[in-house]
Amino acid sequence: MAEFTLPKNSRIKKGKHFSAAADAKRVRTFQVYRWDPDTGENPRIDRYEVDLEQCGPMILDAIIYIKNHIDPTLTFRRSCREGICGSCAMNIGGTNTLACTKAIADFKGDIKIYPLPHMQVVKDLIPDMTNFYAQHAAIKPWIQTESPPPPDKERLQSPKDREKLDGLYECIMCACCSASCPSYWWNSDRYLGPAILLQAYRWLADSRDEAKGERLDELEDPFRVYRCHTIMNCTSACPKGLNPAKAIAEIKKELVGRRSL
Amino acid sequence: MSLRSPLAKARNHGSARDGVHHWWHQRLTAILLVALTVWLVMAIGVASDAGFAATREWLALPWNTVFAILFSVTAFYHGQLGLQVVIEDYIHTRWLEVSLQIAVKLLALLLSVMSTLAILRIAFGVAPLAG
Repeated sequence: MAEFTLPKNSRIKKGKHFSAAADAKRVRTFQVYRWDPDTGENPRIDRYEVDLEQCGPMILDAIIYIKNHIDPTLTFRRSCREGICGSCAMNIGGTNTLACTKAIADFKGDIKIYPLPHMQVVKDLIPDMTNFYAQHAAIKPWIQTESPPPPDKERLQSPKDREKLDGLYECIMCACCSASCPSYWWNSDRYLGPAILLQAYRWLADSRDEAKGERLDELEDPFRVYRCHTIMNCTSACPKGLNPAKAIAEIKKELVGRRSL
Repeated sequence: MSLRSPLAKARNHGSARDGVHHWWHQRLTAILLVALTVWLVMAIGVASDAGFAATREWLALPWNTVFAILFSVTAFYHGQLGLQVVIEDYIHTRWLEVSLQIAVKLLALLLSVMSTLAILRIAFGVAPLAG
């Protein structure tokens, strides 16, 4: 059966509380999920009081402040701090999003920060992306051609065909969508999930690609594509404003369209 | 612990080259059921006012018999397609999943044959007149 409750060693306990300095002016409390595989202890929620006068406006600024000034053991991924690398995807205030593009001012009261849901946790806010990346590799996310390229120039694409990639090429593979999808929660071993399917459609929609049939063959599976039940969590979660649900609908249209009805 | 590579796990047994048929039939039956439900609501309206004998006569009219049979067969087929997905989604114990899939399919078949027979008996006047 799908598991609906956490196993005993995953139940979250109350953690430490770190108070702000007495002269702090604008204090906000951040409740952060902590888990250290080396201690053998259950995960816990640590509470950090942060003086917002001391740190930048984004959630990522706050957790960097916590790491630099309050608790250096807090572990998370981050890199570009401008929503283009996808490293700092996490569950903030109950929604999967990027810590770097989410403003602290968007929240009222305590701000709860958890790792992306229903993925194995490596440590604290870091999920294990191994399966996610392997699924990406499995759809062969590169151009596949048999015709040799023209000897004197690149493979051409009309502006109109290029437009078909808008809304697809912007995906940064942060996994906010896949980790928000209940179908992906229950069946991530067989269902590819919204992020990978949007990538798959990005190559189906590319006029220069010559492997559309083979790509569709590989996708035509009750689990790989058809676990999508149009729940739409992916679209509402995407921090880049993309629409994975629509890309999946396009794949389903391609699959049914090449058949006799 | 499995020593298979992540890519081997993700590729697993490959694509089943299947699923379109299920998806297409689920949608076709859904559209058909919308229309047939309008008829059913009307039928219930007739039955609630008319009493047993008149309802029986109304149902024996050819188009009503056709719609009644269409509705029950389509509803059981559509329900089976839906339950199949629910079981695939949530039941991951293999023996239980396989048993449920077979049971649901057989039950849907049995119920649609039974309801078709019941409606035909009414249509051809084989069913007893008094309830």
